[in-house]
Amino acid sequence: MEMIQTPEINLSAICHILTLCVTGLLILVLDLFINDQKLLPFKIDKKLLPYVALGGVILAGISSMNDFGPAVYAFNNTIAADNFAAFFNVIFCIGTALTIMISINYMEQEDLNHSEYYALLLFATAGMMLMALAASLITVFLGLELMSISLYILAGFNRAKVESTESALKYFLLGAFATGFLLYGMALIYGATGSTNLKEIAAAIKGDTLNSATLLYLGTGLMVIGLGFKVASVPFHMWTPDVYEGAPTAITAFMSVGPKAAGFAAFFRVFLVGLGGITDHWVSLIWVIAALTMTVGNLTALAQTNIKRMLAYSSISHAGYVLVALVAANEIGSTAVLYYMLAYAFMNIGAFTVVIVLGKKGEENLNLEDYSGLASRHPLLGFTMAVFMFSLAGIPPLAGFFGKFYIFSAAIKAGYVGLAVIGLLNSVVAVFYYLRITVLIYIKDPVREFPPLSISPFTLAALVIAVIGTIQLGIFPSWILEIAQSSSLF
Amino acid sequence: MLNQYLGVLILLVLATGTAVGMLTLTSLLGPKKSFPDKMEPFECGKKPIVSPRQRFSVKFYLTAVLFILFDIEAVFLYPWAILFKKLGWFGFVEMLLFIVVLGIGLVYVWKKGALKWE
Repeated sequence: MEMIQTPEINLSAICHILTLCVTGLLILVLDLFINDQKLLPFKIDKKLLPYVALGGVILAGISSMNDFGPAVYAFNNTIAADNFAAFFNVIFCIGTALTIMISINYMEQEDLNHSEYYALLLFATAGMMLMALAASLITVFLGLELMSISLYILAGFNRAKVESTESALKYFLLGAFATGFLLYGMALIYGATGSTNLKEIAAAIKGDTLNSATLLYLGTGLMVIGLGFKVASVPFHMWTPDVYEGAPTAITAFMSVGPKAAGFAAFFRVFLVGLGGITDHWVSLIWVIAALTMTVGNLTALAQTNIKRMLAYSSISHAGYVLVALVAANEIGSTAVLYYMLAYAFMNIGAFTVVIVLGKKGEENLNLEDYSGLASRHPLLGFTMAVFMFSLAGIPPLAGFFGKFYIFSAAIKAGYVGLAVIGLLNSVVAVFYYLRITVLIYIKDPVREFPPLSISPFTLAALVIAVIGTIQLGIFPSWILEIAQSSSLF
Repeated sequence: MLNQYLGVLILLVLATGTAVGMLTLTSLLGPKKSFPDKMEPFECGKKPIVSPRQRFSVKFYLTAVLFILFDIEAVFLYPWAILFKKLGWFGFVEMLLFIVVLGIGLVYVWKKGALKWE
């Protein structure tokens, strides 16, 4: 009898993903028996489950850090555990850990303290990691689906609230549609090159052994649509403000960082590794999308009065900046993206944490006016919000400034001066709406009573980590840049 | 190269033609006499007692979705069973893991009460 040959299995290459999945399943099972304590050999409190999740994420983060070093290819070359993936995985773990820390108090306050929330966060993170590790179109798709399906549920987690349900449904319908485009694109690329493996696709393009160049270009276009949707780039951004506004704020913070970074990880992998040979054909398309995303995102953010919507449009514009680095398609660009996404994780989750801290159940205080005079009542909280706003606006010496600086210098080095100028002009526009909040916080008189703050220790810790991360990355960027440089795709 | 697909094309045209043709011809040629009894929705030859446009309990959908979920997972067991010996211990362990994850799903659904009708 002839045995079937199994491909080489290297579980250590995906041990962080396994950690997350096992922790997620463990939380689900523990939750089931909480009301049935006699079935368990030990006592467990429901309040402990978030800490189990946090522990799982930290373990996964540590194991991601161990991934730095020579690249490991596993599972028949569908997984590439290289520095690029390791860097992104660390970003995902930081984003998820901060999200869990700010969720513990928030979800209790909103009466949403279900353990599925944490399990889904872990599953979504596992999906994101799979996207960063992907060396094959199939792996990209697998990770994308695992991440998206978890996110659809999380967006509608506050199911008693109409806005939350609406945001979940919108996200799901549009997301499913975008996935269709992505999958169609993958199918066409497979048809054109005869492989789903990114390296083999690149080899087929280089060796000119394409079945049909037209199919390849069509597939590339469709993949731009699919991935463009996931990273919320214009004109595929319509879902972003509604979904961000309706979802629970902690999930909005999560969605604006991890999944976006995962989308970019997949974007960079597919387009630079797989389709790097036909850069001439997609670069002008991405150029236009990047310019549109920056401009539309920033101009629309100017007109917002709701802070969550404003941050949603600001996240669209940041997606535009990152796409500039993709257009540059060089080493600095690839390095800049890693640095930028890390900085963005700290400053954006930080900004959303302040939003969460200032809200109460049923009274979320989401209007920009609600921030008037914050500094006169709670000077430290006002200061942290100002730090995040300055960093998002890209003002030195904070992390956001260096991120933008490297991205635009990458564009200039690659010869896209026009795009860099558009980006710089956009940064000027962005300064206006970020600074408006700072002005409200420091100069305006309060329009409402600020109740005494009750920040839980973990929320406070998340806030402190975010502030330290934002300032540290800005003042001492060199060590993280060195790591990012060794993690670049080139 | 495309010649080999000619048969498929002919089949496609014939099948579509037959289906569309039959429907068109019956609606053109068939007698059209309507009377109240004929216009009623058919229910085993009896007069319907309630309106057929009723809302179904969401429980039906939940049960159907759960059924589909486990049904599709169970389909994976068939090829495994056929190739069981060829896959050896590796296949056994992998499938065991798969069934454990599936089992956790079942326990979850069960304990959450999704299988209870009331």
